Amino acid sequence: MKSFTYERADTVAAATAAFARAKDARFIAGGTNLLDLMKLEIETPAHLIDVSRLALDRIDATPEGGLRIGAMVRNTDLASDTRVRRDYGLLSRALVAGASGQLRNKATTAGNLLQRTRCPYFYDTNQPCNKRKPGTGCAAIGGFHRLHAVIGASDACIATHPSDMAVAMRALDASVETVDAAGKARVIPIADFYRAPGTTPHLETVLAPGELITAVTLPKPVGGTHIYHKVRDRASYAFALISVGVVVQKDGTGRVALGGVGYKPWRVSAADAELPRGAKAVTAALLDGAKPGHENAYKLPLVERTLAGVLAQAKG
Amino acid sequence: MQTPAEFELSRRGMLVGGAASVAAVTIPPVTAAPTRPATPPPATAKVAFEVNGTARELEVDTRTSLLDALREQLHLTGTKKGCDHGQCGACTVIVDGRRINSCLTLAVMHEGDKIVTIEGLGTPDKMHPMQDAFVVHDGYQCGYCTPGQICSAVAVLDEIKAGIPSHVTADLNAAPKVTATELRERMSGNICRCGAYSNIIDAISDVAGVKA
Amino acid sequence: MKFDTPATTNPIDRLKVVGKPTNRIDGPLKTTGTAPYAYERHDVAANQAYGYVVGSAIAKGRIASINLDDAKAAPGVVAIVTAADAGTLGKGNFNTAKLLGGPEIEHYHQAIALVVADSFEQARAAASLVRVEYVRAKGAYDLAAAMDTATKPKASFGVEADTSVGDFASAFASAPVTIDARYATPDHTHAMMEPHASIAAWQDDKLTLWTSNQMIAWSVGDMAKTLGIPKENIRLDSPYIGGGFGGKLFIRADALLAALGAKAAKRPVKVALPRPFVTNNTTHRPATIQRVRIGATADGKITAIGHESWSGDLPGGGPETAVAQTRLLYAGANRMTAMRLAVLDLPEGNAMRAPGEAPGLMALEIAVDEMAEKLGMDPIAFRVLNDTQVDPEKPSRPFSQRRLNECMQTGADKFGWARRNAKPGSARDGRWLVGMGVAAAFRNNLNGPSAARVRLDRSGIVTVETDMTDIGTGTYTIIAQTAAEMMGLPLDRIVVKLGDSAFPVSAGSGGQWGANSSTAGVYAACVKLREMVTEKLGFDAATAIFADGKVSVGRRSAALEKAADDSELVAEDKMEYGDLAEKYQQSTFGAHFAEVGVDAMTGEIRVRRMLAVCAAGRILNPKAARSQVIGAMTMGAGSALMEELAVDKRFGFFVNHDLAGYEVPVHADIPHQDVIFLDETDPTTSPMKAKGVGELGICGVAAAIANAVYNATGVRVRNYPITLDKLLDKLPDIA
Repeated sequence: MKSFTYERADTVAAATAAFARAKDARFIAGGTNLLDLMKLEIETPAHLIDVSRLALDRIDATPEGGLRIGAMVRNTDLASDTRVRRDYGLLSRALVAGASGQLRNKATTAGNLLQRTRCPYFYDTNQPCNKRKPGTGCAAIGGFHRLHAVIGASDACIATHPSDMAVAMRALDASVETVDAAGKARVIPIADFYRAPGTTPHLETVLAPGELITAVTLPKPVGGTHIYHKVRDRASYAFALISVGVVVQKDGTGRVALGGVGYKPWRVSAADAELPRGAKAVTAALLDGAKPGHENAYKLPLVERTLAGVLAQAKG
Repeated sequence: MQTPAEFELSRRGMLVGGAASVAAVTIPPVTAAPTRPATPPPATAKVAFEVNGTARELEVDTRTSLLDALREQLHLTGTKKGCDHGQCGACTVIVDGRRINSCLTLAVMHEGDKIVTIEGLGTPDKMHPMQDAFVVHDGYQCGYCTPGQICSAVAVLDEIKAGIPSHVTADLNAAPKVTATELRERMSGNICRCGAYSNIIDAISDVAGVKA
Repeated sequence: MKFDTPATTNPIDRLKVVGKPTNRIDGPLKTTGTAPYAYERHDVAANQAYGYVVGSAIAKGRIASINLDDAKAAPGVVAIVTAADAGTLGKGNFNTAKLLGGPEIEHYHQAIALVVADSFEQARAAASLVRVEYVRAKGAYDLAAAMDTATKPKASFGVEADTSVGDFASAFASAPVTIDARYATPDHTHAMMEPHASIAAWQDDKLTLWTSNQMIAWSVGDMAKTLGIPKENIRLDSPYIGGGFGGKLFIRADALLAALGAKAAKRPVKVALPRPFVTNNTTHRPATIQRVRIGATADGKITAIGHESWSGDLPGGGPETAVAQTRLLYAGANRMTAMRLAVLDLPEGNAMRAPGEAPGLMALEIAVDEMAEKLGMDPIAFRVLNDTQVDPEKPSRPFSQRRLNECMQTGADKFGWARRNAKPGSARDGRWLVGMGVAAAFRNNLNGPSAARVRLDRSGIVTVETDMTDIGTGTYTIIAQTAAEMMGLPLDRIVVKLGDSAFPVSAGSGGQWGANSSTAGVYAACVKLREMVTEKLGFDAATAIFADGKVSVGRRSAALEKAADDSELVAEDKMEYGDLAEKYQQSTFGAHFAEVGVDAMTGEIRVRRMLAVCAAGRILNPKAARSQVIGAMTMGAGSALMEELAVDKRFGFFVNHDLAGYEVPVHADIPHQDVIFLDETDPTTSPMKAKGVGELGICGVAAAIANAVYNATGVRVRNYPITLDKLLDKLPDIA
């Protein structure tokens, strides 16, 4: 870990101003991914701005009937909130499917969205990785890729996004609120939040340097049955092979998002429309254009079968 | 068989093993780390927190994890380093009433916090009921994950009491119960390679007053 | 003391302390975080510096250049050790690759430098400033591809590469019912929770290492050989070991580099291997490809049984002895086994919990299940029919004890085996396909010479000293129980000191030989102490009874401590063995039962119930022994369902080299586990009449689960681990 200077920010304005002042700065909140990566010198900030004590730890009702979740709300608290459990069960379910109790007690809403991939080649600094070190190549392509993306990947990177929470947020049409270094706020629909790897897999989100997530908002509840099915080799404390999050209404319509298949939580509006027709049709629409390798080709039938199980469960 | 005798970036931008005609060929050298400017002296910072009821003030290298501050500076070595990356749970401590992995948090971020480690739960002469139950049920073998398991177990019972749901909670809108299934899921962030799991669940169930 | 005739009645048979499910005496220390592990010994040496290891970025080749300028200039750096400046180093008898590599590189993450600094943070940061340029060489990393180049390894530990009895080929060819199947087991990593760690301190030319090691005397010898100094100048101390499973049988890079670092830094140095580095830097259980052929009569009698195994290792390494159990487990007049070893440039292969049998039974016990099905027999009935009470290669040589059939039948009753539907895929519980499986457990019993010293002080405390180790096995407690039983004392009057090379040399912890061997050594020392006590008290040694803290002959009685009134009594002895292990085949047996659920939609596999029935001689402490077995069952479940080191066949390394990538079972994977020990004693093994059990517990578990998955789904997976992607296309169609 490279040496860094440290400061604690008391306000959002102070945090963004500190970023503007410093060289190679990063915000740190829960730290559960950033410190992991700093120990391996995959992340090498020269200055850390501790935003964990910002007053962004509340979950408030919005005038539109939704929820505004502060960026610093811990995963445990978000999953436990009675409104979330009642109206956004998918989100609660996705959160408790992730990581461990200890990690969920630290990990924040904003940090969860910003998790970096768990590709083992990204984590091994001896190996080529375009995401870690642009231009070095992708060792996962042609290497161990059982866990990797089957859709939306590029010749430069086949990493997946590891978040469970983000899958629920995507299905629930969440928006990300930010403030940039100049104090300017904006709202980014989560559908537009992640960048496709293309030739620049090191650029993962649309956030500008120094732009700080302040909240994630959920529109008003949509009702329906909420199910999150995370498929993994061991029963807990593992990243998803794939995951399926659905909200299904009584008439069979609804929405569906996938985890573990691409660089972002995967949702396709055409696939939502196919929900009444069943898992096969939905999967075909969702994974249209998928290009799996020989080790991860199983993810396609797995998505379809998991979805079929989930839809059967939704029917009761 | 594919051999890595010769490497090149293919047009797909991936590394492939090329044809190997000789046993050993010189390739562009792999450099372990890029050249960097000389490292500046390490930054330090002061931090004050409470550990097991005692106020502590430390001057730490900013890079010091809470885990290393406990083990290397305060010599509270009951908290274990199993992986240093949040993958095993051996470093679990309870901060402000919540269990966390002390390896994935910086000491300097804990200004004013109240930290409880395994040493704060009990001592060999005056064991916490959870420590006692682990001995009675043989809920450990090598003992290295044990402090983390026990800190987690104590916190898990509080989490269930507080109504925090888990992955196996059937009804999100009802209060979770202390069942073996709930305990197994909630304890899953604490790996025991010796495989004492079945006994650990018996120990926690015993403390909770339920049948495993 | 020499043990060369079967044991008769002795003080252990009183079973006042031995055989009781006693809580561990080290429990209060372990559960309160006060048991000191290697890296935590702040008290043993002042001014400790921190070492951080640099590993090779390539699998095979050489270092072209190594530039230490930036690292040396980094804050807090005290010293840097590389092969270039470490002086002449030997290689330990138990090491295949060098612990400090360079300029030649033998495997990925082979240690090439140690950076020593004032703090851990400084050492870690400076280690990343070591600049290395490599020249890669061609290596072989793919076992399947290297099979054709595999050669016959030389015999090691008395295991021949090839064995043959009768005429296997003809018998197999003429058998009316046969199977011939191939199986694969992947590379496994020990993944003990405490990474390898050592603190080293020099005083003049004498080295002390506080370390985490299973085999103290081996490791003193190898450290001496590697450093080129006399054994007498080295002390190893390893009282608490955070798991080993074979991964800490030998000195590893942490120990050597701490010693070299301390010499270079001129102050004590501590080194722990970083978790992401452990997998490729240390040893692992090698992958195997196995072929099993069984031929039987139509009514199920085995007439031919053959088992072949291929594995790989670095040049100079050895094979995974996966065929070993097949020489002994089932009857059959015509038999063969063969092992072939390929050169692979992956990290060093070596022992992991039940080496040989663990992967061997993963294959053999699926094959037996397949054969039973082919014969239309119940798999338990098939095994029972083919039991043998004698060494099938040498029928004049009986097993000392062999109650495999009783294990099977007891387990079947307890587990509800009769409820199993032999037709695969026919039991359903909601979305779950449910199946049961069984497998035999088999592991040889090994005894090793083991010495101990016992002291009786004037307060009546008996202190046992031996370099034996407790790696979670319960050794502290069973040694205390043994001394208590022998001396007629309660457990709280016994102090046990382990793991110090200054103590008499024990058998150490490995190969499930530790419990019986080390307690037998304590027995021998206690016999000597009893003689000293009776002589001192003027009692007749032959008729004296040691009980309740007293020594009595007839109506004469004296407090035990009376014998130590003037001065402490110290007795030391070593148990050695005659040829009983040649006259009798000493093995341990068991039956593993598993019930699994397989999600009919996703193929997710979850173990619902597990039971082990073990016949392993006298169980010295049923509580600790049960823990050994459930722990092994857990590791077996991991090898069945998730554990696999992913090999990058281009770059030659294990890719998933941390605890997130290499999945071992977590709490949620393991149901309540039941263990039954058959009540037995084996007088041929030692005066303790005990055997090993810690490795028996893993043997066969994975196959029992594999067979249960087959019973649940009708899908036979022959390459481990059994993950859902291997089932998916054969599961029932989705609606």
